[in-house]
Amino acid sequence: MTAPAATSVATTAALPLPYRVVSRRVDTYDTVTVELARDSGPLPPFAAGQFAMLTAYGIGEVPISLSGGGASGDRLVHTIRAVGAVTRALTGTAPGGTVGVRGPYGTGWNLRDATGADVVIVAGGIGLAPLRPVVLAALADRARYGRVSVLVGVRTPADLLYGAELRSWADAGIDVEVTVDRPDGDWSGHVGVVTSLLARAAFDPARTVAFICGPEVMMRFTAQGLLTRGVPADRIRVSLERTMRCGAGWCGHCQLGPLLLCRDGPVVDWAGAEPLLSVREL
Amino acid sequence: MSDPIAAHTVFAELSDAQRAQLAAYGTPESYRAGERLFAEGGDADRFWLIGSGSVALDMRVPGRGEQVIETLSADTVLGWSWLHPPYRWHFGAVAREDTTTVVFDAAAVRDRCADDPAFGYAILRCFTPVIIERLMATRLRVLDLYATPAQAGRPSTEVPS
Repeated sequence: MTAPAATSVATTAALPLPYRVVSRRVDTYDTVTVELARDSGPLPPFAAGQFAMLTAYGIGEVPISLSGGGASGDRLVHTIRAVGAVTRALTGTAPGGTVGVRGPYGTGWNLRDATGADVVIVAGGIGLAPLRPVVLAALADRARYGRVSVLVGVRTPADLLYGAELRSWADAGIDVEVTVDRPDGDWSGHVGVVTSLLARAAFDPARTVAFICGPEVMMRFTAQGLLTRGVPADRIRVSLERTMRCGAGWCGHCQLGPLLLCRDGPVVDWAGAEPLLSVREL
Repeated sequence: MSDPIAAHTVFAELSDAQRAQLAAYGTPESYRAGERLFAEGGDADRFWLIGSGSVALDMRVPGRGEQVIETLSADTVLGWSWLHPPYRWHFGAVAREDTTTVVFDAAAVRDRCADDPAFGYAILRCFTPVIIERLMATRLRVLDLYATPAQAGRPSTEVPS
């Protein structure tokens, strides 16, 4: 009997496939970036903004956004911060080790909608990781977009991801601004909340598409700042977090009002997200 | 002097006449990187409109020296302690890079506000958002939004990145 297409989709959704850790780069004291590859079979077509359920065998699985690679690459790239048992195991897996991958899941950033527009990317903390593919895509097709601004807020200078890459992005003509909440003695850059960087970013609000990822409170205030500048709500995109389990819209753990975020998110436009985030019970 | 504040959004609420009145109390002034504009506890007798560059607000902490607590960039106002007694700076301020400003005579502006309530109200409407913005920024940082559960003293949780 020939298996129907739905069966293979369901199997993919439920069963983690083994991926080999090809490389492991330490980004900060608690964060690493790993490249994953399959020894057999094609890589599934991931889009920027989507996530995978990564399994540390015998421990558990967590949703982690794609931070590189994707549809045209031969690697999945994930940047993982060690905050619990699963992520500690994943970040500790050496090259040659195996992790499980289910996915891709969720919606993407859909940068194509920003063609001809200015692009504002606002990241808080580890939120820069899911936005990295957006920056890389904008750099790869720079003429397609207007001004591109990357605004990054982190807790301390030691928490800053992709330091060398940020410099290369700036060298390539992207406006990169970084601010820290808690400077150390060596920090000579900006100090304060990431929303304060919006005022100095150059963009035409009516012709801007904004992408925001970080703690929910940070995204709320950033979105409000962008609205105040005149960016339409449906051109502001945020990546929402709730506890995801199945990744396929079955279990309901990640429900936010009418949305199952693993399926209908995590990327949602602000016009849809704002009413949901203002309801305390959700 | 000519209107040095027309291009800045901070004073957008002022009428043309009020902007001209305020501008009469302003003088262009530049600072080299590292130059101190004012020190914590000093007389708050001026305020600044930053034209270019940036300024770091700092606070002296025993054993740790001057700690930067916030940086202010172009098109922002530096200084609101001059608005209310005792007219002393709560923090210090140092030019973080070469910075151009318009510096205003705060005592003269206060006198003008007292003599002309409409002007005074308009100035307050310009400065209140500045104060609110600084307060909100402070509150957001107090929340320590980027802290991991361990850093924030919460139970360890796995969340998507």
